[in-house]
Amino acid sequence: MSLLRVRNLRIELRTRDGVAPVIDDVSFDLAGGEAISLVGESGCGKSMTALGVMGLLPQQVGRIASGSVQFDGEELVGASERRMREIRGNEISMIFQEPMTSLNPVYTVGEQIAEVLRTHQGLSRTAAWNAAGDLLDAVRIPNARSRLSDYPFQMSGGQRQRVMIAIALACRPKILIADEPTTALDVTVQAQIFDLLRDLRRETGTSIILITHDMGAVAEMADRMIVMYAGRTAEVGPVDALIRHPRHPYTRGLISCVPHIQIPLTEAREDLTEVGGVVPSLSEFGADACLFASRCAHRTAECDSGRPGTVSFGPDHTADCWHAEAL
Amino acid sequence: MSTLLEVRDLRVQFAVRRRGILGPKSYLRAVDDVSFTVATGETMAIVGESGSGKTTAALAIARLVNAAGGSVSLEGEELLDLKGEDLRRLRSKVQFIFQDPYSALDPRRRAEALVREPLDALTDKSPEAKQQIVAELFAAAGLHPEQHRLFPHQFSGGQRQRIGIARALATRPKLVICDEPVSALDVAVQAQILNLLRRLQAEYGLTYLFISHDLGVVQHMSDHVAVMYMGRIVEYADRIGLFNRPQHPYTAALLSAVPDIDRLNQSQRERILIPGDPPDPVNLPKGCRFANRCPIARDICSAREPALTEIAAGHSAACHFPGELVLRSHHQPSSGTA
Repeated sequence: MSLLRVRNLRIELRTRDGVAPVIDDVSFDLAGGEAISLVGESGCGKSMTALGVMGLLPQQVGRIASGSVQFDGEELVGASERRMREIRGNEISMIFQEPMTSLNPVYTVGEQIAEVLRTHQGLSRTAAWNAAGDLLDAVRIPNARSRLSDYPFQMSGGQRQRVMIAIALACRPKILIADEPTTALDVTVQAQIFDLLRDLRRETGTSIILITHDMGAVAEMADRMIVMYAGRTAEVGPVDALIRHPRHPYTRGLISCVPHIQIPLTEAREDLTEVGGVVPSLSEFGADACLFASRCAHRTAECDSGRPGTVSFGPDHTADCWHAEAL
Repeated sequence: MSTLLEVRDLRVQFAVRRRGILGPKSYLRAVDDVSFTVATGETMAIVGESGSGKTTAALAIARLVNAAGGSVSLEGEELLDLKGEDLRRLRSKVQFIFQDPYSALDPRRRAEALVREPLDALTDKSPEAKQQIVAELFAAAGLHPEQHRLFPHQFSGGQRQRIGIARALATRPKLVICDEPVSALDVAVQAQILNLLRRLQAEYGLTYLFISHDLGVVQHMSDHVAVMYMGRIVEYADRIGLFNRPQHPYTAALLSAVPDIDRLNQSQRERILIPGDPPDPVNLPKGCRFANRCPIARDICSAREPALTEIAAGHSAACHFPGELVLRSHHQPSSGTA
C-alpha cells in the first residue's frame, strides 16, 4: 500500500476574477522509501500540491474543494487542525527554497532544532539539545556541537540548508517534501546537498517529494516524476522512461529547452528548442481544453475541444495529451 | 579576429570594518589581478560561484564600480581614467543586460520610453530617428508593435528581459555585458532568451561578455571561458578545451557537480567532492585560495600561490599540478601537460 495516496485533488484559490482551480484533478501515489519529483515551471501548481498535502494552504484564500489525501491510510482532507499539527514536522516535513528566510534570525540553530524535538517528542531541554548536536553531525556540519550556538547569519547558504534538513528530519518523518531545496545554492553546494539527501534517504528510509524545475536534478534524485502543467498532471512515470521517451510535448520541451552539459563537447551548436509563450494565467485554469495547446507544436482542433484524457503506456506511465500515442 | 577589450591586472577592493564603525579597516579584494581579452564578435564567458567576483569584474569594466588598479582598454582606449563627457561617450559603447528584469526596469515608464532612454541620454539623434530605432529594436527583440505603450508590469519575465535586451542594444554598443541574463527566468523561457541573444549576435555582430554560474548555459553560449574563484581567474581556455580538458581541479569539480540528465553518464561519472566553504575573503590564505578544499593539494599549495600560466596554446590554469585531476568520463586526458 502506498504511503501517500492523492486522489482527484482539486484546490481552489479565490482571486479577484473569481475562483480558480490551481490544482485540478491531480492524483498520484508515493510508496514508502520512494523518491518522486514534481516538475514544471513556476505557476504550475507544484508547491500548491505540497501545501495542500501539508494542510498549509493560505487561509481564506485557498481550500481543498474536493478529492482525497491519504497518509498511511488516514484521510487528511478535513482532518482537525490539531491532528495536522501532529503530523506536520513529525510525519511529514518540508524544506524550502530559501534557507535564509526559513530560519529565525534571532534564535541559535541549536534552539531551532531542539524546539522541534521538545514540541513533538516531549524531550527535556538537555536531551533535545544533545539530540540537536547529533542531528547537525548527521547533516555533516563540521564541529557540530560547537556550532549549535551559532546564529543563522554565521553560517553559509549551504550550511543553513543543512540546518533546515536537520530540523525537517529531527522527528524521523516518513515523508520529506523538498521544495526547490538547492535553487538558491551554488552548483558544488547543490551536489553536496543532493548527496546528503540521498544518504539520509538510504539510512532512514524516508520518502522524498522533490519539487523542482530542473530535469537534471530529477534525474539525480528521483525514481519517478510527475510533470505538472497549469494545475494538472501532464505526464507521470519512471524518470528513465520519461527522459528516454517523453510522451507529452511539455515534458519534451522541459527536457530539450535547457542546454545540458555535453561530454565530450563538440563544435556543433544547435539552437535550443523553444517552448514559446508562458504558463496561462489563473483565469484560464480549469477550462475544458488542453491548457498547453497555445504553446504546443502539435496542436490540432481536438486540443481546443476538450480536456485530454489519460493515456497509459505500460503499468505506471501515463500522459494527458490528445496526441500522446503519436509522439 | 581583432581584440576589442583588453583587461590587465584589474583589481577591485571594498573597505570592510569588521569591528564596529570605528574598528580597523581591512580590504576585501573582490577582483584580484584579473586579466583577459575579448575578441570582436565573440562571446567571452566568466563562470564562477557566488562571491567569486565575476559580476564585480564586469561592473568595473563598465565603470559602474571603481577599480582600484589595473587597466581596461576598449579598442585601444583606456577606460579606467575617463571622466565627464568622455565617460558618457563610453556608456554608449558598453551596455549592460541585468539579471533581474523585474527590478531593472522603471515601473513607471512605458516600454518604448525604457528602450528609448539610452538614446535620449547618450545620443543627439532626432526624435524621428529615435522612434525608428525603437521600432526596429522592438521587432528585433521579438516584441510586438502594439506593446510599445505598455508598462513593465504588463509583461511576463521573459518579455521584460526582451525589453532589457532592446534597451541595451539601443546605442549600438561595441560590448554588451550580459550578467546572468536568464537565471531569473523560468526554464522554458530561458531557451527563448538564449536563442534571441545568439540570433542578435549573428545579426548585429555583437561582442558579449557573458557572466553566468550555469555551466550548461556557458557551454552553449561561449567561445572562450574564464573560471573565477575568490576574485581570481583560475582557468582560461576556449570552449572545447575547457569543457573537454579541464586543467584546474576547481573547474573539474564544478563540471562534475552539474546534474546530468543522462543516467548512464551519471553512473559512469565520478563526483569530485570539494568539501567545506571558501576561505574568508578578508583574510586570504598565503598559498593557493583553493587549497583548503582541493582534493589534490600538497604542501607547496598552501605555501605559494600559483600564477595563471599557459599550459597549452590558448589554455591557462593557475595550479601547481594542472591536469592532474581528470574527470573520469573525459576520455582524452590533456596532451599538453607534464
